[in-house]
Amino acid sequence: MEKISLQIDQHQIETERGTTIIEAARKSGIEIPALCYMNLEGMCIKNQPSSCRICVVEVEGRRNLAPACATKCENGMKVRTSSMRVLNARKTVMELILSDHPHDCLICAKSGSCQLQGLTNKLRIREVPFEGERNRFEKEVSPSIIRDMNKCIYCRRCETMCNDVQTVGALGAVNRGFDATISPAFGNKLSDSECTFCGQCVAVCPVGALTENDYTNRLIDDLNNPRKTVIVQTAPAVRAALGEEFGFAPGTSVTGKMASALRELGFDKVFDTDFAADLTIMEEGSEVLARLNAFLSGDKSVKLPVLTSCCPAWVNFFEYQFPDMLDIPSTARSPQQMFGAIAKTWWTEKMGIKREDLTVVSIMPCLAKKYECGREEFSENGNPDVDYSISTRELAGLIKRANIDFRSLPDSDFDNPLGESTGASVIFGATGGVMEAALRTAYELHTGMPLAKLDFEEVRGLQGIKRAVVDMNGFELKVGIAHGLGNARKLLNEIRRGESVYHVIEIMACPGGCIGGGGQPLHRGNSAVLKARSNALYEEDRSKPLRKSHENPYIIKLYEDFLGKPLSEKAHHLLHTHYFNKSK
Amino acid sequence: MPEIKLPQNKVDQLLAICKEHGNQEGELINILHKAQQLFGYLPDKVQCIVAKELGIPVSKVYGVVSFYSFFTMKPKGEHPISVCMGTACYVRGSERILDEFKRLLNINIGETTPDGKFSLDSLRCVGACGLAPVVLVGEKVYGRVTPADVERIIKEFE
Amino acid sequence: MSYNMHILVCGGTGCQASSSKTIISRMNEYLKEKNLDKEVQVIATGCFGFCEQGPIVKIMPDNTFYTQVKPDDTEEIINEHIIKGRKVSRLLYKEPEHHNPVSDSKHIEFYKKQLRIALRNCGFIDPENIEEYIAREGYTALAKCLTEMTPQEVINEIKLSGLRGRGGGGFPTGLKWEFASKYVADQKFVVCNADEGDPGAFMDRSIMEGDPHSIVEAMAICGYSIGANKGLVYIRAEYPLAIKRLRIAIKQAEDYGLLGENIFGTGFGFTIEIRYGAGAFVCGEETALIHSMEGHRGEPTTKPPFPAESGYLNKPTNVNNVETFANVPVILNKGAKWFASIGTEGSKGTKVFALAGKINNVGLIEVPMGTTLREVIYEIGGGIKNGKKFKAVQTGGPSGGCLTETHLDTPIDFDNLIKVGSMMGSGGMIVMDESDCMVAVAKFYLDFIVEESCGKCTPCRVGNKRLYEILSKITEGKGTMEDLDNLRNLSHVIKDTALCGLGQTSPNPILSTIDNFYDEFVAHIRDHRCPAGKCKALLTYHIDSQLCIGCTLCARNCPTNAIAGERKSPHFIDTEKCIKCGTCIDKCKFNAISIR
Repeated sequence: MEKISLQIDQHQIETERGTTIIEAARKSGIEIPALCYMNLEGMCIKNQPSSCRICVVEVEGRRNLAPACATKCENGMKVRTSSMRVLNARKTVMELILSDHPHDCLICAKSGSCQLQGLTNKLRIREVPFEGERNRFEKEVSPSIIRDMNKCIYCRRCETMCNDVQTVGALGAVNRGFDATISPAFGNKLSDSECTFCGQCVAVCPVGALTENDYTNRLIDDLNNPRKTVIVQTAPAVRAALGEEFGFAPGTSVTGKMASALRELGFDKVFDTDFAADLTIMEEGSEVLARLNAFLSGDKSVKLPVLTSCCPAWVNFFEYQFPDMLDIPSTARSPQQMFGAIAKTWWTEKMGIKREDLTVVSIMPCLAKKYECGREEFSENGNPDVDYSISTRELAGLIKRANIDFRSLPDSDFDNPLGESTGASVIFGATGGVMEAALRTAYELHTGMPLAKLDFEEVRGLQGIKRAVVDMNGFELKVGIAHGLGNARKLLNEIRRGESVYHVIEIMACPGGCIGGGGQPLHRGNSAVLKARSNALYEEDRSKPLRKSHENPYIIKLYEDFLGKPLSEKAHHLLHTHYFNKSK
Repeated sequence: MPEIKLPQNKVDQLLAICKEHGNQEGELINILHKAQQLFGYLPDKVQCIVAKELGIPVSKVYGVVSFYSFFTMKPKGEHPISVCMGTACYVRGSERILDEFKRLLNINIGETTPDGKFSLDSLRCVGACGLAPVVLVGEKVYGRVTPADVERIIKEFE
Repeated sequence: MSYNMHILVCGGTGCQASSSKTIISRMNEYLKEKNLDKEVQVIATGCFGFCEQGPIVKIMPDNTFYTQVKPDDTEEIINEHIIKGRKVSRLLYKEPEHHNPVSDSKHIEFYKKQLRIALRNCGFIDPENIEEYIAREGYTALAKCLTEMTPQEVINEIKLSGLRGRGGGGFPTGLKWEFASKYVADQKFVVCNADEGDPGAFMDRSIMEGDPHSIVEAMAICGYSIGANKGLVYIRAEYPLAIKRLRIAIKQAEDYGLLGENIFGTGFGFTIEIRYGAGAFVCGEETALIHSMEGHRGEPTTKPPFPAESGYLNKPTNVNNVETFANVPVILNKGAKWFASIGTEGSKGTKVFALAGKINNVGLIEVPMGTTLREVIYEIGGGIKNGKKFKAVQTGGPSGGCLTETHLDTPIDFDNLIKVGSMMGSGGMIVMDESDCMVAVAKFYLDFIVEESCGKCTPCRVGNKRLYEILSKITEGKGTMEDLDNLRNLSHVIKDTALCGLGQTSPNPILSTIDNFYDEFVAHIRDHRCPAGKCKALLTYHIDSQLCIGCTLCARNCPTNAIAGERKSPHFIDTEKCIKCGTCIDKCKFNAISIR
């Protein structure tokens, strides 16, 4: 790469040709403020409409101010990032944005983490000189996402995530001029659109326009209700990221502290979704083997590949966009829902608790899980298997609210029986993890031989689409893995065109898998954070005495006591589901 | 939202239009032009069909429809009235003409009278600046219109 | 078959609006009736430019110019002029100064100062007949380029001519072609920007309606010089007649082998497709136009990359406006030197203007660069209508500014207009008189910008909305002097920070009116008074009982029955009912009604 040299403020800077002014400045420690610009380098995601005009700078020899986010450095360039002309322009542009933005920061969900609020403070804006019309949109409260477009600053980040990265296309720019906004078609609600509730839009929104539907106040009510037994399950990815909210370095696993905190909060039992992940492997793995064997024996009615179905956003995606392929995904429910179904049948029976008196709460890295809890097929006479789900971010907020000194909490274990898990279930939280866990079990069930090496390195990592061939004692099992719905679409299109070579495909809606979920502490596109989180999960897997789902003693007991064997009628009733054509 | 049912023969024509343009995303605007000619406007259903045929999100189609002023999602009146608000017509008093239409029809720009007879729009320069201010009713052009003429123009179509 | 006489009837949109189509069919019927249809040919031409006097009928070869012809006049023209050789003097044009009829259009003041290059064929040929275009040197420039010149030589010739983009920016055309020619790609595009969006401008439409082949020819020449074999015309869907004629022209050119594969046997091929705009002013900006052609929302993107590097479908693309293209064949036929001899130092050739507003001769004119505003307004335009006083002239549309009396002797060219705070723009020229309020005019332009802003960048989306709101406040008499400072600062920030050229120029109408008509702003703010009597909120209508004779004309015409009074005694206005529409003033013959 050719090196060029330029002057930014007082600094003489060397950089590569093609670098933008904002990036060159950042690398030299000069922070040029920006709102619309978002460079998720590690994930090759860039939002650069250069439309907010906050990052404008003065470039010597140019008539107008230049957007630092889109202007490339040139040799000998002289840039002033904060001349009085720039400061006046930046202040005026901010005042314009604020003139069409509510000033209710006190009760805004983003208060404290809002980039607009931060910048307002930094630029010392204490009044807005412009009066005038404001956009008035109705606030939408969906089970997962709250959308308040009055707060939208039209940075288009959500549009980029929803269209370019996820290829969902639920959100897009509509209208023009002052009325321009981001919306589903016809001004409909997200709930009436193709939205999968993956929450990636929420994860990148710089302001309070897109936020999660927060259930923590409801949780406090339930924990306060003496008539209720309130139990909790925590997803694998939560433990790898929760610590970040309390100052731990990314990749610090806080499983033990989390269990203690949940107990402090007053949950009657602290269980683990990992248990249900092991159960998922038993059901899904058995289904894969059954379909594979039937296929190999020439049964033409069986379709391959089998697609995983743990991810509710992904399930939504194929229900909306690939309704012609509803018979391909595994019928296994997600771990969250398997947990709920078992908790509200086997466990209540065991404990002598009435279903209505039990509240099952899940802690998830995910916003789609909130919606999944409400799917009608996952309830019994209107009583949902999982009552509601709160995100990693919400849990962190609740722990802080409850004045729990998280950092100095001792470690503690999950409760049994629904808290026991193997290493295989822990890695569910990273892309490729479900596949790896399934391979461990499927290999041993298929071949009847113990697996020599448990680590399937080829299915790990942050590459968008991963492919591997696994030798199942003579039979070559071809597997594919995609994370991010845009990547998933590529594999699905291969299937639709009849070009797919895979037997099994794992799909996770969020880039990185659940560790990058829409409910996680914001990683701001830093792929090092995602890597650290996944390392934490693989580390925990390695440290576990049991690393194969079918060896989980409580899973074995569950089958013995209650379910019979995988894919039994009872298992089908409680642990499997069916899909709907939701295409518009 | 009231569900409207599109006549099947028109739907077939719409599918043919999409096909004629190779179901290409780049042809979206050309397709929408023809669809609007076919239906008179672009209701939700039409946009959904176009989106499906072209394999693009309906939000994208709606984003385009709502961007361009030529596209409309409301059916126009039997006699669409357009008042030219180009600069030449403006300085020769077209605002007064528009106000008078609004007052007499009791509708705003972009609206249609409840009986579906008239719809009112403003447009930018039809290029008949010599006749300013200019009013179009359907294809018919009225030049050098005064506020007092407005009532007479409306009566012609009642 | 050759005809002895031709009757040219203007078939432009303006004249069609005043029934020129009926005139043509009646002429044809009557000629047939008189058995003259083999000797006299009726031709529907493009715009003559003199729209104020339309519909226009011109008899060739004697160049007789009839104005304001009505369908009922057709028989008389044929009986008198064609059969008996006597001019119908009541239909001849009369100069407003001396009222003497002028027969030959060359002697009409409106045409005297004009020099028609881009409009050379408008009003002379049947635009739907390629033979007529060819008869006037049509396609010779293309032939010359393909057979005698290298692409670089063509570019050099255009560079040498000094031709600058007529769409508004004024970028040197030859240089633009050269940029596009330098990029290597498997596919390049030539785009004709025919999305004329300035309110009150219809130059491009008239050219396409009157001389579509000149565009077809020029696009092929451009394609040859930059290495593109595909052309696209992006045209407003609101221009049905232009679209129709362009389609016919393309088809004819294909039939004649002037488009398609292997043109003139040189191996060079070129095709043209039409794309429709859908009503978005911002699509006149080239990056927005390209996105629109690709089927997207017409939102501009930051340049660089320029379209010459990455344009339509990310391929090198050269975008020129209609009028720019219309100049190209002439330049190649007559030579760059000839073209460069016309105009001023920095602006060569001519410019077409749509002259409109409070002026006697509304129409389409073409003058050499360097002609002064005074010459255009008073000599060609025939001065201000109804003997009123000149107040301002607006050039450059929503991107331009309002100039005053003191600027009238400014020679019109790209650089001079910018120097005095306006710009050339695409060629709208609107004349205003003493009854026009400049605050309201600034508000009118801002209203347009607010409605047409794509909304992508903050300064244009929110900033122009706020400018509009402040101006509204002022026109309602609620403004403060602080608002004036806010207007200025905000205008400068928008100019400095907006994303595209349209946003960057959108505050020009405000800045130029504040600069040139400061007192008028102050009158609205301090005295709550609109000196021009236009801002409704600031005025009431009164009938002077001394002057009113009780003719009842005002009361009969009042749309809200706000005027009452006995016959033959003074009337009065109920200010509660009055909607300030101004009809009564227009109708009163005794100057009895005034605005306060």
